[in-house]
Amino acid sequence: MHLSVSLTSGEPIYLQIKEQIKNQILTGQLHEGELLPSIRNLAQNLKISVITTKRAYDELEQDGLVTSVSGKGTFVSGGNKESIREIKYRALEDQVRLTIKESRSIGLTKREFLNLVTILYGEENE
Amino acid sequence: MMNVIEFRQFSKRNGAFTLQNLNFPIQSGYITGLIGPNGSGKTTMIRSIMNLIRPDFGEVLVFDQSYHNQERDIKRRIGFVYDEDFFYNHLTVNEMKKIVSSFYPTWNESVFRKYLDDFQLPSRRKIRDLSKGMKTKFALATALAHEPDLLIMDEPTSGLDPVFRREVLSILSEYIQEGTRSVLFSTHISTDLERIADYIVYIRNGQLKYCGSKEDLIDSYVLVKGPIEWLRLNRLENTFSGKQQNALGFEGLIAKESYSEDVFGNQVTVEMPSLDDILFYTREEK
Repeated sequence: MHLSVSLTSGEPIYLQIKEQIKNQILTGQLHEGELLPSIRNLAQNLKISVITTKRAYDELEQDGLVTSVSGKGTFVSGGNKESIREIKYRALEDQVRLTIKESRSIGLTKREFLNLVTILYGEENE
Repeated sequence: MMNVIEFRQFSKRNGAFTLQNLNFPIQSGYITGLIGPNGSGKTTMIRSIMNLIRPDFGEVLVFDQSYHNQERDIKRRIGFVYDEDFFYNHLTVNEMKKIVSSFYPTWNESVFRKYLDDFQLPSRRKIRDLSKGMKTKFALATALAHEPDLLIMDEPTSGLDPVFRREVLSILSEYIQEGTRSVLFSTHISTDLERIADYIVYIRNGQLKYCGSKEDLIDSYVLVKGPIEWLRLNRLENTFSGKQQNALGFEGLIAKESYSEDVFGNQVTVEMPSLDDILFYTREEK
């Protein structure tokens, strides 16, 4: 597992950890049943507070993405994976709809819009 | 959850200020930062925990024990790094170590050697010839070598270069790794705490202003910036814990509960405050 936190981004550190682990679970980089580092171990490696790390793990557990077994550690549960992806997918749809509306408002044609998407997508995803 | 230190109805008059009726615990197994402006009582508190100062009223329990009858046992389990010199300047590092180590049945020579190496401290040099940073390193090495359950440091990072300050943070987070040891350190450099402190004790004018997790403290405020005109129009001056303004605009701290997006809208920018922001803007708050 790879994690990196920024102290200057203005985003709370627990949220950065939570989002990074969540993404790794949703994209399958972390597998169901996989053991995550212990809270104290993660805190030590990232040189951050134990409480901050605990908060990230607690919220992941509330979202059903990990399960903690006392005395054993925290595991990827993955049970909720599909439904979370679905929610994200729907949110993405809404965003695209909004973007299309915006592009219509400045008179962009569908072809021009798709061109824009192709160019931007290509840049980021090669 | 267990407490490593507990202030109970503690009061102490000390010259210009009084520590007044302090009642709070410090959690075992974590790193707690003690913050507050200069002269707010940080050092007096730490000296009280070490029983170097006796309270006028109440008491401090350490490891759930009282100094009345357990002083020796309590002190053996504490590692203490103090801002001022308390070593004999005419002795060498090695000679001083022999004296200190004789106090502690749990002294671990190999741990001491390891830190001496890590810190590149010359064991034959006289204490008086060590720089301030080296003295702090020596103090930290001796404090850690008897493997204490509680490490107390008074302004340990003041006068240290950024490289060693970071090293200290790593040592601390490794030190509490097992969850059975605790650290309390006072500092006015709050960026050091921003990273690793789990709990914050914030005192001002001898009174406890906050005791709880660092997360909750930072979470309870927002930092708002915007044009002065806006401030005047919306008559929100009094909702701020503290603010500053100049010709270009204002910046201020607001308790999260008094902030709402409906009222503040999009004319202002809202940020997560740092510990420094909180210390600064709450300095005169009632």
